[in-house]
Amino acid sequence: MKVWIYGDDINTDMLFPGKYTYTCSTAEEIKPHLLEDLDAKFAAGVAEGDLLIVGKNFGCGSSREQPALGLKAVGVPAIVAKSFARIFYRAAINQGLLLVECPDAVEAYKEGDEVQLDAVAGKITVGGQEFSFPKLPPEILAIRDAGGLLPYTREALSKR
Amino acid sequence: MGQTFAQKVLAKAAGLDETAVSQIVTVKPVHLLTHDNTAAIIGKIGDELDQYGIINPELSVIVLDHVAPAANEKTAAGHKKIREYVAKHGVRNFYDVGEGICHQVMVEKGHAKPGTIIVGSDSHTCSYGALGVFSTGVDRTESAALMLTGKTWLKVPPTIRVTLRGSFQPGVGAKDLILRIIGDIGADGASYQAVEFHGEIDKLSVAERFTIANMGIEMGAKIAVFPVDAQTEAYLAEVGVARDSYEAVWADADAEYVRELEYDLAALEPVVAKPHTVDNVCSVGEVAGTKLNQCLLGTCTNGRLNDLHEAAKIVKGKRVSPNVRFLVLPASRSVFESATEDGTMLTLSKAGATILPPGCGPCLGAHQGVLAPGEVCLSTANRNFKGRMGCKEAEIYLAGPTTVAASALRGEISDPRKEM
Repeated sequence: MKVWIYGDDINTDMLFPGKYTYTCSTAEEIKPHLLEDLDAKFAAGVAEGDLLIVGKNFGCGSSREQPALGLKAVGVPAIVAKSFARIFYRAAINQGLLLVECPDAVEAYKEGDEVQLDAVAGKITVGGQEFSFPKLPPEILAIRDAGGLLPYTREALSKR
Repeated sequence: MGQTFAQKVLAKAAGLDETAVSQIVTVKPVHLLTHDNTAAIIGKIGDELDQYGIINPELSVIVLDHVAPAANEKTAAGHKKIREYVAKHGVRNFYDVGEGICHQVMVEKGHAKPGTIIVGSDSHTCSYGALGVFSTGVDRTESAALMLTGKTWLKVPPTIRVTLRGSFQPGVGAKDLILRIIGDIGADGASYQAVEFHGEIDKLSVAERFTIANMGIEMGAKIAVFPVDAQTEAYLAEVGVARDSYEAVWADADAEYVRELEYDLAALEPVVAKPHTVDNVCSVGEVAGTKLNQCLLGTCTNGRLNDLHEAAKIVKGKRVSPNVRFLVLPASRSVFESATEDGTMLTLSKAGATILPPGCGPCLGAHQGVLAPGEVCLSTANRNFKGRMGCKEAEIYLAGPTTVAASALRGEISDPRKEM
């Protein structure tokens, strides 16, 4: 597992350039351009199980969902941040992607530290130090746990 | 304890007497705005649309503006798919290529009514806060679900109260105010929060309020909202919204705020946001002399008639620098027609401007005015992120229309007060 480290105020243009937003919509179209203007090595280097540890206001800017959709599709299980921008926060829930808002864990992380996550308990362990992070309210957790908003909606519609 | 605007609108929409900060409510927005991204949205739910249909033909407002007219086969195919969807499902509110930027069209066509909730698959949906609307951005997946179910969840945000006093000095405007606020509180200064504007609001035109509300998202805000006053009512009447068709909502006098800020408009000077974040704000003097390759006047932030008028006043009878491409794109067909009728377009064209069709144009880097590596642009848009205008090795500065016009004349960032 590799940990990718980025700073504060990483906006969605850096995570997925605007010039592709109306030509790339599916996971396969998005993957080659993920984080293109932030880290040219990311798209080719990321592997299933890799984590992102980032600063404050991650995902600010445009409402484009390709960063959340793409990161989920390449197998990133979670993003650990000091804070998230609100549209990105919703987009991650809607894709079933786990967001860990925990400034202390971000501060504590040193290169090479082992990171373990327990989403159910709301705990993250960084280099042997354990931190708690806020869990989603039950009604929102249900969306993420269904695998995202579309599976959740399909199930609700089928019961109507 | 009184309730804020956000608490009251969300309570009303959820059928409750009141709401508390952090409470989650289920609401049915009156409108869902989508644009060129409608193609990707309906692509997610093809089977469900066939099986269940759309929940309400009045819910969606669809405007083709982001890459309009289409730039290539793929964007053209997206537009075609959207037109077919609109016809098949009987979507009532559809505006094709050329009508303008979605946020301008929403208000000009009377879809944005005070006291209602509007969501949109575009982050600048917060613009209608200028008219006392609770409007905010969501992603494509949420928009897809809304087309099928008509409902979503919202968390009641805490609120920042910003009190405004006085009037702008000549050459200074709404863009300078909102950039100053964002510079002061930071790109996440209002994250997850609502921003209410109070004080001498009557000193600001409705158009100026749009510029301010539009950039709420650049400080992380969920909504940025103004009270409804006589000017709002007059504006709405002009766009055909009957006074008895909406119920304005505003905060109680004893509502509780997480933060209070105050600005004296007369004390503001022209400012510029430097690359590559919107909160990287300084006075125009600090970056005066920065050489420019392109100047952009337009977008959902500053593409209205008043913006074009301010720029035209500065460039009238003069010629922009031969080193600068001066791109002008009116926010809508209506703005274009008014600016044509009153001679503003001719003034801008004679000064050397290239007039682009109403739409988003170069703002998002998909077509029309993409920058080359090493180039510098001064723009009235709302974002200066790295790569935003299609090239990550280019630099974007943001400013108001007067600063952009004055700078286009000199080919370098310039204080507009020197041209007045």
